[in-house]
Amino acid sequence: MSMMALIKKEVKELLTPATILPIIAMTLLFGMLGNAIGGAVKEAREKPSIGVVNVDDGKFSDIIKEECNKMARVIYNGSSKEDIEEGLNILKNKGSALIFIPANFSEEIYKGREGKIYIYWIMRGAGIMDSIPFGAIESILTLIEREISTILVEEKGVNASALSPLNRSETTILKGIEMQGVSPGIISNMISSQSTTVPIIMMIIIIMAGGMVISSMGMEKENKTLETLLTLPIKRRSIVIGKIVGSAIVGLLMAVIYMIGFSYYIQSFQQTLPLNLADYGLSLSFLDYILIGLSVFLALTAALSLCMVLGTFAKNYKSAQTLTLPVSLLALLPMFMIMFKDFDTLPLALKIILFAIPFSHPMMAMRSLIFKDYALVIGGIAYVTVFAFAFIALAVYIFNTDKLLTGRIKRGK
Amino acid sequence: MNAVEVNELVKKYGEFEAVKGVSFNVNEGEIFGLIGPNGAGKTTILRIIATLLQITEGSVRVFDYDVEKEADEVRKLISYLPEDAGAYRNLTGREYLSFIATFFGGKKEMVERGIEIANLGKRIDDKIDTYSKGMIRRLLVARALMNKPKLSILDEPTSGLDVINAQEVRKIIQRTVKEGTTVLLSSHNMLEVEFLCHRIALINEGRIVEEGSPEELKEKHDAKNVEEVFLKVMK
Repeated sequence: MSMMALIKKEVKELLTPATILPIIAMTLLFGMLGNAIGGAVKEAREKPSIGVVNVDDGKFSDIIKEECNKMARVIYNGSSKEDIEEGLNILKNKGSALIFIPANFSEEIYKGREGKIYIYWIMRGAGIMDSIPFGAIESILTLIEREISTILVEEKGVNASALSPLNRSETTILKGIEMQGVSPGIISNMISSQSTTVPIIMMIIIIMAGGMVISSMGMEKENKTLETLLTLPIKRRSIVIGKIVGSAIVGLLMAVIYMIGFSYYIQSFQQTLPLNLADYGLSLSFLDYILIGLSVFLALTAALSLCMVLGTFAKNYKSAQTLTLPVSLLALLPMFMIMFKDFDTLPLALKIILFAIPFSHPMMAMRSLIFKDYALVIGGIAYVTVFAFAFIALAVYIFNTDKLLTGRIKRGK
Repeated sequence: MNAVEVNELVKKYGEFEAVKGVSFNVNEGEIFGLIGPNGAGKTTILRIIATLLQITEGSVRVFDYDVEKEADEVRKLISYLPEDAGAYRNLTGREYLSFIATFFGGKKEMVERGIEIANLGKRIDDKIDTYSKGMIRRLLVARALMNKPKLSILDEPTSGLDVINAQEVRKIIQRTVKEGTTVLLSSHNMLEVEFLCHRIALINEGRIVEEGSPEELKEKHDAKNVEEVFLKVMK
């Protein structure tokens, strides 16, 4: 009953418009960004809109026109140099490029010289997404070039395979698993796309919930409510646990709101996956998901107990905000390390650092479990459990000393 | 039984000795006042009795419970009102009193008694964030007395209150004592001390320099009031 009252009070104190509005604003921002990016990605999958002005009457200009009609949306066709201006005028709002093939284009190529074509790129913005259609048009031009080369080579009696003499058959061996027909790049991309979500979620939850615990302590001191709380007939460990649970509820709620926007943003980048990792035995079982859940829960408990200890140093709400910095760094560091390297491939010193940071373990768990590395996951769970209990005990100890009120732990005796 | 027994109490903050071998008893059912200049050690003594600070030397017992070894038992018997206390700003006055009442059995009558003592009218259902300093103090006094504690430790109970509200709080304290609560308070207000306290202890630089009832002390020092006693003793 008393514990519930403490948790309820914590939630009420922490869940205010001032704390929740920035999160909602951030969520909406991510949502809007996701929407914009999603639209741009959809646009990128569509055929680019182009115009073609062809003055040449040779074979190769026909190939260009044919390929353009096949792979792009040709919304303007012209047949004289004067049509360029009209074409650009039509394309300026809805097209990406106009290709002008001058007279004698094919003839020049037959004479062994370069056939010149003119490309008018129509840029409507300088953003990354704005340049997506140009990549597609570049690909079309590369294909056209290759087709013309093939024709020229074959007409001279040489087999066209000379242009591409290698036929690669790839097999990637990763941690003892053989994957035929797959390059390391694809595997790396796929595993990363599946296993980076947990680190990002974990990082956000730790920063949000941890910040709440530290802020809660700062607010108790700033509002001069701590002394009253400490003289109530309730065990100090109950106060510590009540604060941790209350802050965790608010932190998780905020993280969920944040993640709704963030997942919408991330989804806008996701593309069709080129292979199924489960076919190679690289999938997660029900037990694996339980281990990941346990790892996340324990890391959150460890984070909150660490924040509780840090919170005892907070003098007020403002100083509490500063104290969230080391926790944020401890959450960001493993996230970036794991993004760039696997635990197994790190130098020993970095391995020790990564293992010692309790938040690393749920971040590494998914990738480790995909490769059935249970020793690292279970070892991590054991370590984080010890860490969490040690810091809860330390927080309770501090709550039982003068430290909270005087800044001193040592007794004068 | 004594409500409070303080024996040779010493409290050090590092090298600084804030309380230097203080001894006094508070009888059950009385109002006992600690008086002294700023930095005399009054708040430190009250905080030790309220189980907030640890003892360097000596002992303190509340209704025969040791404040360090049996702190949980002591906390069931006391309520402590710090001098510059605040309340949870996002709760309403009623919610705050209900929250505190939860730890003492959560009885509805307790909250109603608190609301009556606070005397905030309809504002009791407003957020504490909107209260004036005086309103918060009244709410905190109500919080400290609503559960009829066996010992109420009040550090400057009328601090920040205007004359009318201060008078009202003094009457509430007297009424609470009649209902069985023992009060240990500190105050700078000599009139208040003379009006309220059955016995007082004058503290200076961590030591008790005089102790007795206001009448005894006035007679002993040939003074018209406690303020004069205070000035004579402090000389």
